[in-house]
Amino acid sequence: MSNYKAIVIGASLGGFDVILKIIAPLPKNFSIPIVIVQHLSPDHIIGDKYNLLNTRFKLNAKEAELFEILKAGNVYFAPAGYHLLIEKNRSFSLNVDEKVMYSRPAIDVLFETAAEAFGNSLIGIILTGANRDGTNGIIKIKEFGGLTIAQDPKTALSPEMVESAIDSGKIDHILTPTEIYNFIMQFADAKN
Amino acid sequence: MDNYGNEIEDIEVNLVIDAIFQSYGYDFKNYFRASFTRRLRNFKVLNNFNHISDIIPFILYDSGNFNKLLNAISVTVTEMFRDPFIYKYIREKVIPYLNTYPTINIWVAGCATGEEAYSIAILLKEENILDKVNIYATDINTNSLDIAKEGVYSSEEMKLSTRNYQRSGANRSFSEYYHTNYGNSILNKELREKIIFNQHNLVSDASFNEMHFIICRNVLIYFNKKLQNRVIGLFNDSLIHNGFLCLGTKEDIRYSDYAEKFIVKGREERIFQKKQQDVEL
Repeated sequence: MSNYKAIVIGASLGGFDVILKIIAPLPKNFSIPIVIVQHLSPDHIIGDKYNLLNTRFKLNAKEAELFEILKAGNVYFAPAGYHLLIEKNRSFSLNVDEKVMYSRPAIDVLFETAAEAFGNSLIGIILTGANRDGTNGIIKIKEFGGLTIAQDPKTALSPEMVESAIDSGKIDHILTPTEIYNFIMQFADAKN
Repeated sequence: MDNYGNEIEDIEVNLVIDAIFQSYGYDFKNYFRASFTRRLRNFKVLNNFNHISDIIPFILYDSGNFNKLLNAISVTVTEMFRDPFIYKYIREKVIPYLNTYPTINIWVAGCATGEEAYSIAILLKEENILDKVNIYATDINTNSLDIAKEGVYSSEEMKLSTRNYQRSGANRSFSEYYHTNYGNSILNKELREKIIFNQHNLVSDASFNEMHFIICRNVLIYFNKKLQNRVIGLFNDSLIHNGFLCLGTKEDIRYSDYAEKFIVKGREERIFQKKQQDVEL
């Protein structure tokens, strides 16, 4: 049995393709729930985003909803325009507080609350992006004993976000998207 | 480092909530914890405190300090015509129905800095029924209400508002509704004088009038199930039969005891209509 109970992922500019590369091959019975903050412009229409993702994923892609308890088999996305938080009982909450690092949803908000809810049973992954959101979250995940991964900046469309996280000194592993897939597969009780 | 659960801070948050309740009567027990804790942390940092528990003597011995805290932990951000498709629905489906009443009471609950109340007022004006409408807009946060009463917003905010307005099915020019001076825009006097702004706490205060339409968007997301249930009950009590309720796009009545009291009119818009009678058919 794996000790990891949740994976949180933060992605910004260029993140969509990388998320596909990591998540799409994960098997249906992958045993760890995945929660993603992907920065979107407010104009982005997400109506059929989940239909699109679900044609590519074996796991179930869905928007994280208020009160919903994290369950394996799902890949949750933060709704556009809302911060996504994880409560201590490991259910989702949302708010429309001020932007953090110019972003709502902010990766930091998800990562920091996930760290508090999951402690050392959390994996945090920071992917491509053109800002510094997620670095404070990575620091907090580490402070609470979780495991941290950054996408190899050489493979990132926009390396600023991962470089900022790496500069914090709190990243355990720097990996390419394929390596990230292989890495998280080893912790899950699932066979492809 | 073993910080799992951050137990000491959790105790401090409980103590602050208790201190607020015992000395000032505001009850934050049923607010979602993660958001509330983040706000207390921000207040701690802003005031250069070492610990969240340092907030306790700060507010207990000075009610002015408590007001600062209250305003910091209850502030919400909003924008005019936020989620334009909702306003389109209200314009096309709700207002024609409301128009069948001789006078109409509308309550914008948790109005923050007033943007949604003004958006509704503009809709009603364009549909030529503003004269027979009373708009009550309430919030717990007195700072926010002061801003709302002023009706002054930054040009940056007005740009976003204009864009939202144009997507809401409007066919007028948004600039008809305000004047700009030195980078700030003030809404027309007619709109500002139309809305009755008042402090009201959804957690503890009662209904204050019979309402035809209640708008409460992105307020319930801060409340746990128990408190959401209370507030939706309050709305149910306040609404006339066939009255409308509009919640935020991530909020719902379905987790409450009152789900059966309403018909879902606009699923995506989160617009509900109170049923004719309480008896089951």
